[in-house]
Amino acid sequence: MKKLINDPAKVVDDALGGMAAAYPDLIRVIEPNVVVRKDAPRKGKVGVLSGGGSGHEPMHGGFVGVGMLDAACPGAVFTSPVPDQMLAATKAVDGGAGVLHIVKNYTGDIMNFELAAELAAADGVEVASVVIADDVAVQDSLYTAGRRGVGGTVLAEKIVGAAAEAGQDLASVKALCERVQANVRSMGMALTSCTVPAAGKPTFEIGDDEMEIGIGIHGEPGRERRKLATADEITEMLMNPILDDLPFSSGDKVLAFVNGMGGTPLIELFVIYNKVAQMCAARGLSIERNLVGSYITSLEMAGCSITLLKLDDEMTHLWDAPVHTAALRWGA
Amino acid sequence: MGEIGSGDLVRFVELYAQRIAQRKVELTDLDSQIGDADHGINMDRGFSAVVAKLPDLREGNLGAIAKGVGMTLISTVGGASGPLYGTFFLRLGTSFGERSAIDGAELAAALRAGLDGVKQRGHAELDDKTMVDAMTPAVEALESRVGNQDLGTALAAAADAAAAGRDRVTPLVARKGRASYLGERSANHQDPGATSTTILFEALRDALAPAP
Repeated sequence: MKKLINDPAKVVDDALGGMAAAYPDLIRVIEPNVVVRKDAPRKGKVGVLSGGGSGHEPMHGGFVGVGMLDAACPGAVFTSPVPDQMLAATKAVDGGAGVLHIVKNYTGDIMNFELAAELAAADGVEVASVVIADDVAVQDSLYTAGRRGVGGTVLAEKIVGAAAEAGQDLASVKALCERVQANVRSMGMALTSCTVPAAGKPTFEIGDDEMEIGIGIHGEPGRERRKLATADEITEMLMNPILDDLPFSSGDKVLAFVNGMGGTPLIELFVIYNKVAQMCAARGLSIERNLVGSYITSLEMAGCSITLLKLDDEMTHLWDAPVHTAALRWGA
Repeated sequence: MGEIGSGDLVRFVELYAQRIAQRKVELTDLDSQIGDADHGINMDRGFSAVVAKLPDLREGNLGAIAKGVGMTLISTVGGASGPLYGTFFLRLGTSFGERSAIDGAELAAALRAGLDGVKQRGHAELDDKTMVDAMTPAVEALESRVGNQDLGTALAAAADAAAAGRDRVTPLVARKGRASYLGERSANHQDPGATSTTILFEALRDALAPAP
């Protein structure tokens, strides 16, 4: 394993130290490992908080700032944070208007956020939670852990963060987040595995001529292994299940998000986006907004995910609203 | 009446922590195949923190020790195993109460409360291919034997039942946790959570009823 680390057990601490040093105008890092917007809490504003395992940078810490998240709770690499973190973050960003927890649908994240919400409520902070579960690679069923939260989380955090910044109350912000969740679908694939620093070796072995289709964001194997195909064929493998699931239909306005998994260069993401745009046009979908880049990653994994969000006018307006964070910045 | 005291509980926790450390790589490798390659790492981080905390806890009653272990796990492990094993030990603590010694039947009742807590927190049932599949038969084996067999024999049967439960679900498709995302591909892989639970019942057997 070759990595730019000092000690596998200190990767998250050292990285948070670096983030705090790089963005003192946007964030501060408080104990126990919580990234908080510098001017939090803001009186009368709903606090928007997310969190999850580390290794997905820039998500979530890179989205803390003006117009997006008020706090992010990074766990160990690929491990959900502990309730102490969400409790500290919730209290740090509560300006009296309550706090929204945006939770990705993973068993550990759900349980730790649930415990934190119970503890925060006991301390008198009003907490609402929305679970993001947008991965169409996972067949949803009452009897399973359900769909994973993946790329849709980034879009939800931007749109919901803008609504909170504009002064919407907790119930409205929660309803908006649920509306984004109901209208967003994603699917991902991997060309390589990745190495969790503390594990020291790749999570799975994969041949030079193979790929994993239907992966999540934790270096885990996907639903099936296939022979490597062209970028256009891979885009079809990801897009068709997304398009058919919602389903997206002719006349829909969408936000198209092509995301890199951490080890894929931007030039390849544009190759994918080229085909995404063609497929949307062929279906009669109008791409109103887009995002191309590595925003929700799986360490150094090579691969990509595609996310489509069916937009309404309010979501488009909130997407365009000013944002100033380490990873996303426009209009501010 | 009580044959299990605070010293026994501490010895069990220390032995479990030691075995988790020894088998950290094995647990993480099992998790690499159907999960996200962190189960051994996370459990070891939590139980190392527990061991560091034990000097403060060991003078307390049974309930205080178990609750201290549970709170430490919830605050240090993360993932699913933190809340699940944390809840397990918290429920043991609630069941022990302020007693400083218990008998086998009271231990079985506490473990049943722990199992109920795990099922409640994780919404898992039998055959979902989780730690519940090892814990349920182990608790049942203990319940059916305490009172008519000596504690050592009953705990040995519980450990065997946990291992059998772990192996019984290996061919199944996981329905809970990260492994469920693999669908059919999760079949024929041993479940990491059922494995760490089996290690727990083996540590309980060896700590409370050492071989003569």
